[in-house]
Amino acid sequence: MPLSRTEQFDLWRYIAQRFLVSIPVVIMVGIITFTLVYVGPGDPAAIIAGDEATPEILEAIREDLGFNRSFPVQMGDWFWKLAHGDLGTSYFSKREITELITPRLQPTLSLGFQVVVISTIIGITTGMLAAWKAGTRLDRNLMVLAVLGFATPGFWLAFLTIWVFAVNLGWFPVIGYSPIQDGLFKHLHSLFLPVMVNSILASAFISRITRSAMLEVLREDYIRTARAKGASEFSVFLRHAFRPSAIPVATVIGASIAGLATGFVLTETIFAIPGLGRMLVDAIVRRDYPIIQALLMVVAIVLIGVNLIIDILYAYIDPRIRY
Amino acid sequence: MSLAAEQRSEWELAPPLSTRLRGMFGSTYKAAKRDSVLAASIIVLLVGLFLAIFGPTLARTDYERTDPINRMQAPSSDHWFGTDNWGRDVFDRTIVGTRLSFLVGFSVTIISTVIGVGVALVISYFKLLDSIMMRFVDGLLAFPTILLALALISLIGPSVGNVIIALSVTATASKIRLVRGAVLSLRDSTYVDAARAVGVPVPRILLRHVLPNIVSIIIVQATFTLASAILAEASLSFLGAGVPEYVPSWGNIIATGQGYIQVGFHISFFPGLFLMITVLAVVLIGDSVRDHLDPKLRGRLKTTAQQ
Repeated sequence: MPLSRTEQFDLWRYIAQRFLVSIPVVIMVGIITFTLVYVGPGDPAAIIAGDEATPEILEAIREDLGFNRSFPVQMGDWFWKLAHGDLGTSYFSKREITELITPRLQPTLSLGFQVVVISTIIGITTGMLAAWKAGTRLDRNLMVLAVLGFATPGFWLAFLTIWVFAVNLGWFPVIGYSPIQDGLFKHLHSLFLPVMVNSILASAFISRITRSAMLEVLREDYIRTARAKGASEFSVFLRHAFRPSAIPVATVIGASIAGLATGFVLTETIFAIPGLGRMLVDAIVRRDYPIIQALLMVVAIVLIGVNLIIDILYAYIDPRIRY
Repeated sequence: MSLAAEQRSEWELAPPLSTRLRGMFGSTYKAAKRDSVLAASIIVLLVGLFLAIFGPTLARTDYERTDPINRMQAPSSDHWFGTDNWGRDVFDRTIVGTRLSFLVGFSVTIISTVIGVGVALVISYFKLLDSIMMRFVDGLLAFPTILLALALISLIGPSVGNVIIALSVTATASKIRLVRGAVLSLRDSTYVDAARAVGVPVPRILLRHVLPNIVSIIIVQATFTLASAILAEASLSFLGAGVPEYVPSWGNIIATGQGYIQVGFHISFFPGLFLMITVLAVVLIGDSVRDHLDPKLRGRLKTTAQQ
């Protein structure tokens, strides 16, 4: 849909506005993340030095890494490094965290991309179908499935799918990940079960909201007008009702991406996928605070970015929001 | 203005909280008689509460005693849900685990509701406090619940109390955001203006006029918090970052079975089933309460709460 010049101006002004609004949130997230680890137990110098360090060595490490400076100075320094893409150094492996994160991105991003695409398609289609056939047996069955999907614990569903498809049927390996470089088919095959589990949960959620958003819109006067002027039921659904209900649906897709971050921590652990979620669990077991700090920050910034994109999409879908 | 007149005007404008609550329970009871799904969900929840209170007394064996000879037994009449890798009875551990799920779920729900509603009511009348608090809330809600809880627990250590604290943090933040929104939308309503015009003090307006009108939102949201807190506790315990391993929890019983998936399917299957049915019952209760209390809310609340 082409926008006129003034509409384009409004849209850009709106985007700039939303962008500025999300900056304080990012700063707040940084303050919370830094403070959490700062006030947490454990002397970082002692963790780095190991068990046999003398007080002199500890003092030298504190001096060297700046742990003896005041809280605001340390936090300022941390923000400064963060702004330059420096996430710090792991206590455990003594390597740069950015370097450790890079190989972990592919599995998580591939999983995330597949789940978002599949669950959006399934969720919106089934939600619209249920709204179309509202009150019928089809609607009731779809919604029973959606509520079940909502109440099922993801890690338990993962366990069941492994038991059925990997242990008993042997269609998939029990655990293990094959990177894209080793062949796309092998890659998709190794991720099939985790993608399936997360998609079932996310699409149940999207389906429920799509249905209720559609039903709400279908009660509007302009839908009756559209029907009265003789528009076919199909066109009423796709052209008049779907667009206005896209806003709550977009919100839910954003929310389900936040849910996926949680889901990935669990599924990557169960399926032994070497992604970011697994990295976080490992870091927590080893009490590697810089990694926990860095991952919290990265995930929060990604989610703030996703919300920003969704806000911008709203403005594109519904011109009233731009003002 | 005489006290009697003030009292009467308030009663006419908004019924007190106790009347509202009584009306709610009454209509829920009536609804349950008509709606078999709701009735079934309430029964499931009551059975769960019963197990949570009497679980350890009902256990037929000592649920902590290991019995290496009988390890990894399939379900039988002796061990209804089989035994785990130490020979402990899975049925007993599962019903004992109910207590932990309900304890964590209800504690998180009560803590977050009380603090969240209180803070939201207070900050909605102080502009500066409101903008500071909301930035903080936005910051907290930018993290996915489990991730923040995992990080908090790694700092303060795994224990039942700390799991409750960690899960209450985000639950409270999302309550503050929801209730504050509802309070702000009521602040300009005619009856609040009327109360203010006759000189009712602010705390009284909040408690007698605003609070009764947001109770239905709070109750529906509380069922949702209960469901997600029960799931979150199980997830944390499953990852080994929740309650310590020796405390039976649905999450860590499932984690035990995960390692024996080839031979010990029953270990994870049954506690997971309990978990799912409990969460399902709570979600269904929330759905019907929402539909009966306030048709306007249909399908709205849950979008804001999922993070």
